[in-house]
Amino acid sequence: MEASAITRTSREEPRRPRLRLAGSRDGGKLRVGIIGTGNIGTDLLLKVQRSELLECALFAGRNSRSAGIRSAQELGVPTSDRSIDAFLEQPDRFDLVFDATSATDAKRHYAALAPLGIPVIDLTPAKLGKMCVPALNLADCVGQPNLCMVTCGGQAAVPLAHCVMQTHPQVEYVEIVSTSASKSVGPATRVNIDEYLATTEAALSHFSGVARAKSILLVNPSTPPIMMQNTVFAKADEVDLPALTEAVEEMVKRIQRYVPGYRLVVAPLHENGRIAMTVQVAGAGDYLPAYAGNLDIITCAAVAAAEENARVITTGAAANGN
Amino acid sequence: MAQILISDPTLRDGNHAVQHRLNEEQIRRYAAAANAARVAIVEVGHGNGLGASSLQVGEALLSDADMLRIAREELSDVKLGAFGIPGFATKARDLDIAIDVGVDVFRVGAHCTEADLTERHITYLREREKEVYGVLMMCHMATPEQLCEEAQKMESYGAQGVVVMDSAGAFLTRDLQDRIARMVDATSIAIGFHGHNNLCLAVANSVAAVDAGATIVDGTARGFGAGAGNTELEVLVAVLAELGHDTGIDLYKVLDAADLAEEHLVQQLPHTDSVGIVSGLAGVFSGYSKPVRRIARDFGVDPRDVFFALGRRDVIAGQEDVILEVAMALRDAVEEQRLEQQDDEIEGGRP
Repeated sequence: MEASAITRTSREEPRRPRLRLAGSRDGGKLRVGIIGTGNIGTDLLLKVQRSELLECALFAGRNSRSAGIRSAQELGVPTSDRSIDAFLEQPDRFDLVFDATSATDAKRHYAALAPLGIPVIDLTPAKLGKMCVPALNLADCVGQPNLCMVTCGGQAAVPLAHCVMQTHPQVEYVEIVSTSASKSVGPATRVNIDEYLATTEAALSHFSGVARAKSILLVNPSTPPIMMQNTVFAKADEVDLPALTEAVEEMVKRIQRYVPGYRLVVAPLHENGRIAMTVQVAGAGDYLPAYAGNLDIITCAAVAAAEENARVITTGAAANGN
Repeated sequence: MAQILISDPTLRDGNHAVQHRLNEEQIRRYAAAANAARVAIVEVGHGNGLGASSLQVGEALLSDADMLRIAREELSDVKLGAFGIPGFATKARDLDIAIDVGVDVFRVGAHCTEADLTERHITYLREREKEVYGVLMMCHMATPEQLCEEAQKMESYGAQGVVVMDSAGAFLTRDLQDRIARMVDATSIAIGFHGHNNLCLAVANSVAAVDAGATIVDGTARGFGAGAGNTELEVLVAVLAELGHDTGIDLYKVLDAADLAEEHLVQQLPHTDSVGIVSGLAGVFSGYSKPVRRIARDFGVDPRDVFFALGRRDVIAGQEDVILEVAMALRDAVEEQRLEQQDDEIEGGRP
């Protein structure tokens, strides 16, 4: 049965741009690699370690003495300081690679991994593949050669913008403002700030269908660090608040299934010709403390996407009698 | 005495005072007057700079490109400046437009501890051979050591100077002077100061900054700007001249520009009112003034309480969405107290 888009490239016919997500070996776990050992990569590793469907086969970066590499070594996870090369040398060891580097590097990595048929889940704002926001399109994110996890602000706020447009299709302009603690915003994110805004805005338009979208990113250095906060604004004169509130509360519950620290702090309100609502994201405190909800929301979303792929393959494999 | 470069953001910071509604005629007339006065740089745009027109900080009447183009047409002897904060502005969407319109001088801003957010924008503009300054905002929130380090980062990206913004009008003169002196020592580029008048210290602080080695000072006509207003340009020019500094500015012409601003730009002269004093004490960005007053009124809470609550949360420039959350929490607290009192009265009324 070839119904699934996911097929495994056999050892005999390699180097073709086909997906090779593997089946139920290793107790049904998907063997994943993580490239990038900064804040996001390391937080992702800790979440992969907890997953029943994923197993980290390699954690690779460029600096053998980075804090992330040391954490991985303590966990007994194989590590490498040879970055993308470590994956290219032994492509058969990986069913999927998470890219947690920078937008520029992610482009280069995907160009090298695609011919090997290794699918990539991209946590940088490079925007190379299908955009994935699990609360909105998880089922469509199976078997993709490259999944773009948008941005942390996008993961937090795009579903709420979707609620606005579902209940108020006449709205022409939506804006999201994300504020993160300085300590949780690493060097790659800072250098990628323009790509971050562009990718967030692209996701906002794509998922909500709004004609004009804007995204703003703020970095606050307060001590103790602030929780990640996201506000969605929409320009609207007439607003059905009960309908919007119901849609938002439902969406918040859906997101909480994969991001437990997600909560509404300002319920939808209408003032000064605009809809406004604010959510806060507390992290699980895996790599950085709870304030770093911006890490959690994107790593949780990436894990949810990888697990969905693993689940479909496992069931598909079972149906095939494999 | 030293040569002092005066930068005039009347048509940028002043936009905060009119909810970013400066129109074509106002920009045209003031730009022409500032050109006649030979102010070094006329900075134009939305109060929060390029790409900032938004529901978060206020929608501008005119696009960035239009505002800059109008001013460009009036400036022959004076440089056209633009301000941009990465996180609001992007290279592709905003800086390129400003370059196309013919902006001469860019100032790239970040909160005072987050200079690395400006790296890509500063290097991008320097590669295009623009005059570029780094701006550290809300400088009362950083230690002198942090400010030196952040200024050095901006220098390493290629900034030709770093401007210290007292965005909340919170600096006491002594603290400011210490910081400026250390930054002058720590870098080999020009150091500047941009003051706000919440505690009526803007001109005095500017002079103190110059004494400590600053060679760039910002001032706006009649102090037209966010919150309690900026350093008054015309007073600054007069005082610096009295002290023997060379600003290259014609006194009568800058006084004329200020008179014109009072007549055509300013709805209400900026002044240090009760809410403005509290805003300065709380150390909150001056641009919050208008939205805090509006939202406090709408939610039936004291704007001074809102400012102190925002100060406790260490909000930086651009976090205006938090005003709603803070005002709601204050309203709920007041309501709760009222209900408790009612309960007490009922209790007390019982035999």
